[in-house]
Amino acid sequence: MAALINVPSKARRGEIIEIRTLTSHIMETGFRHTADGTLVPRDIITGFVCRYNGAEIFRADLFPAIAANPYLSFFTVAKESGKFEFEWIGDNGYSSTASASITVG
Amino acid sequence: MPTTRRQFLNFAGGMTVAGTIPIVTLRPIEATPAMLNAAIRNVVGEAQLRTGRIKLDIPPLVENGNTVPMTVSVASPMTADDHVKSIHVFNEKNPQPNIGNFYFSLFSGRAQVSTRIRLADTQKVVAIARLSDDTFWQVASEIVVTLAACTEELN
Repeated sequence: MAALINVPSKARRGEIIEIRTLTSHIMETGFRHTADGTLVPRDIITGFVCRYNGAEIFRADLFPAIAANPYLSFFTVAKESGKFEFEWIGDNGYSSTASASITVG
Repeated sequence: MPTTRRQFLNFAGGMTVAGTIPIVTLRPIEATPAMLNAAIRNVVGEAQLRTGRIKLDIPPLVENGNTVPMTVSVASPMTADDHVKSIHVFNEKNPQPNIGNFYFSLFSGRAQVSTRIRLADTQKVVAIARLSDDTFWQVASEIVVTLAACTEELN
């Protein structure tokens, strides 16, 4: 699935940088009914992890109260050049990944 | 002996000082529905919940409860000795009380997270931070919602 990742491509060593992620997902709450009264089954993203050169820097548990197409913004210290890996997991075996690189000078 | 004006003022002044001592509560802010309370207790356990240190930025009035921007932060140096372990956000009147749990690390640099949430009704949102010394700090915010999310019919 499509994900939008916003990580600065370059940073100074020790700088605190913001990472913004957006992924497309319906985040169906499991509390809505169709016009004929049947319950729409829950289908949400339940977890998110961000790793920086393999080390976990941020993790989140998500619930139906998170809006559709979950947006998350958080921070990290730019310590070395390398790769950010993002992973979303959810109901019905949902799994999606994305990555971004950074050059730290 | 009749109370003199000076004695009375001394007494009244003393009471005022006593009244300003910060109140440390064991229970979450205000009377909250049982589900919210249970969800908070699930995270906090029997630990003391204190008010302060954590900041919740959320608009006080939203027209559409389907997507409400929210930022939670704690002013913390994020060092090995003094950092924020996690932030937990709860609501009062959605069908279920959790919004999100956010876990930081020593590489986080800043204890701040932003996301977009759903609110089913005009209600209170509570954010709780767990610090490295295992103290819990809370903040609550009232939000007026004019169009509800979560439970509307599909068309």
